[in-house]
Amino acid sequence: MALDQSFIGRSYPPTSIYEVAREKIREFAESIGDEHPVYYDPEAARAAGYRDVIAPPTFLTIINLAAINAVVADPELGLDYSRMVHGDQSFVHSRPVHAGDQLRLTTHIEDIMTRAGNDFMTVRADIADIDGSHVCTSRAQLVVRGES
Amino acid sequence: MTFQVGEELPPLQVQVTRDRLVRYAGAALDFNPIHWNERFAKQVGLPDVIAHGMLTMALGGRIVTDWLGDPGRLVQYGCRFTRPVVVPDDDKGAMIEFTAKIAEVREDGSARVDITAKFEGKTVLGKANAVVR
Repeated sequence: MALDQSFIGRSYPPTSIYEVAREKIREFAESIGDEHPVYYDPEAARAAGYRDVIAPPTFLTIINLAAINAVVADPELGLDYSRMVHGDQSFVHSRPVHAGDQLRLTTHIEDIMTRAGNDFMTVRADIADIDGSHVCTSRAQLVVRGES
Repeated sequence: MTFQVGEELPPLQVQVTRDRLVRYAGAALDFNPIHWNERFAKQVGLPDVIAHGMLTMALGGRIVTDWLGDPGRLVQYGCRFTRPVVVPDDDKGAMIEFTAKIAEVREDGSARVDITAKFEGKTVLGKANAVVR
């Protein structure tokens, strides 16, 4: 079943604030086997010019994935989650994510198209700090494999 | 830091085992069963449990941030997920081999680094690149 094209252009405002914790950054860095001290040690981070530990470049997948899952769960969109795969992903950072950041994420459906029986949906998330300043833009292309 | 087109970054090899997938699932809050449940993975047509594409992407980021020294200088990073990394239920898991080189140096001094990720000799990420400054 093709996705409902009228969803193109829809936006989903932030539903909550995500506060970035030192321990969550540590856990994420450990899970990818990255031992860089700026992810673990506030002193090392300050020595590198940051106000607190920073997060690895793909850390925001944590809130990005949750936002995508919320969008695709809308029954009116007509997306079969069990057939969905992640096609591509990008992050464009204005600055690194720091422990203590209070982030708000706004999601947009940028595009929906059908090609060779598969549906493609591009979801953009604008992630801003509590003062409204831009931190990162995430883009994901989701592919819903056609019924074979 | 001055960047030279063609400069190759030190390569990185990462052994991805099932316990790594479980750790990553918990850290990234990605509990899709295709990444931990063999029965489910096979039901949906996969040969076995596969690694999270986002885990492979994160590991590919390390080849760049290890080389940069300051990870905050990686400002953009993107890739396509083109082939699954199948992770068997043993102590060896799957070996992913990353290489990277500087593909472009821009007027503002930033550079684009192209990253290659291979599993069993085949690329698993497409158009993987990072912008560094």
